[in-house]
Amino acid sequence: MSNPYQSHDPRMNRVSLQVGSEAKHQEGSLMQWQTYEVFQQQKRGDQHVHVGSLHAPNPDMALILAKEQFGRREQCANLWVVKSQDVHATSYDDADMFQHAFDKSYREGDGYKVKDTIETFKRQLDDLLGSRDKAPGEVAVAVPVTSQGGWKVYELPATDKGERKILVKK
Amino acid sequence: MQHLKDLLYRLADDKLIIGHRNSEWIGMGPILEEDIAFASMAQDEVGHSQAYYLLLNDLGEDIPDKIAFTRSAQDFRCCHLVEYPIRDYAYSLVRHYLFDMADAIRLKHLKKSSYKPLAELALKLSREERYHQLHAQTFMQQLGNSTEEANLKMQGALNEAYPVSFSIFEPTRHTETLAVEGIQPTEDDLMKEWRAEVESFIRSCNLLIPDTTDFVDHFGGRSGYHTDYLPPLLAEMTEVFAIDPEATW
Repeated sequence: MSNPYQSHDPRMNRVSLQVGSEAKHQEGSLMQWQTYEVFQQQKRGDQHVHVGSLHAPNPDMALILAKEQFGRREQCANLWVVKSQDVHATSYDDADMFQHAFDKSYREGDGYKVKDTIETFKRQLDDLLGSRDKAPGEVAVAVPVTSQGGWKVYELPATDKGERKILVKK
Repeated sequence: MQHLKDLLYRLADDKLIIGHRNSEWIGMGPILEEDIAFASMAQDEVGHSQAYYLLLNDLGEDIPDKIAFTRSAQDFRCCHLVEYPIRDYAYSLVRHYLFDMADAIRLKHLKKSSYKPLAELALKLSREERYHQLHAQTFMQQLGNSTEEANLKMQGALNEAYPVSFSIFEPTRHTETLAVEGIQPTEDDLMKEWRAEVESFIRSCNLLIPDTTDFVDHFGGRSGYHTDYLPPLLAEMTEVFAIDPEATW
């Protein structure tokens, strides 16, 4: 059998590691760092979302390394790291427990009737605003006119920031 | 104008050469995560050099690619510290720490520079440099306070790099003018501030300040006298560009 400490990496092979108690100690505490789960927050106030994991010897190092692994490709306001071993999970063997025996879609978040109202609202806004040519920076306020079941649109001058904003007032 | 160009060439060339040097670790870093982090910072440094070259371009110098890839070693104004080979990871980390702390202190002053384009750029660069400092300080503290082997390697690297790092602050004949015009403090003042900061931090890392009483200066880089390590680096860095200098990318 080949030496268990032999790496396939040619650069690592230059190091002649001792097989013995000392080598084992190194293997345990230093050679293999633990993993940390990384959670990224895109903007202040947003939820932290799990984005992956990495190797690090302690939380300080995990944060430093996480910044370049996960904070560099997209917007990031904050990072959390948590030792992978501190995450407790359900077993996939028990995945059945998440299935409903009968239709319980009324329990699901998108099952509420308000969803239809929101969709209608969005569609009406699109009809009113979406098809028209708007100059960049144009600001419009859409106010519902409930008695007629429609929306009245008020246009405002462009902001000095040049942002395109649609304010919706109830 | 000459004094401003002198400063910008020093800043830009330091960044280009340290960036290229540190990029030599790509694929060779101690662990994957650190390989990515170190390579990313090296890329930042090359990007910073380009930003400084663009300021030079605004002052009538050639375009950044030409400045970076067509000059000979004696036209470079980088300090000796950035030219030395990467050696082992301890050396590369210690150099990264010493260089980026000097950068941080300089940028702090450049943000208040009387030359507005430089002040604006310094503000932008200092955001990215914040991570470089955190990375460098974390590694210094972690390894300095780690095992005896790690501590000894870091101390050895510090003994080598510390005296050479004074070369960052090599004065030039424009140093005084730059200070008088409020563009940046004198190199002496910057070095004093830097030494106070790094020496107290080095002690907190369980490392000793190397003895520099018999210090042989590593000056010359700012006037075009370089170590023998620079020409081979330039040859490698410009290899692709030199195949067809007129090619458009």
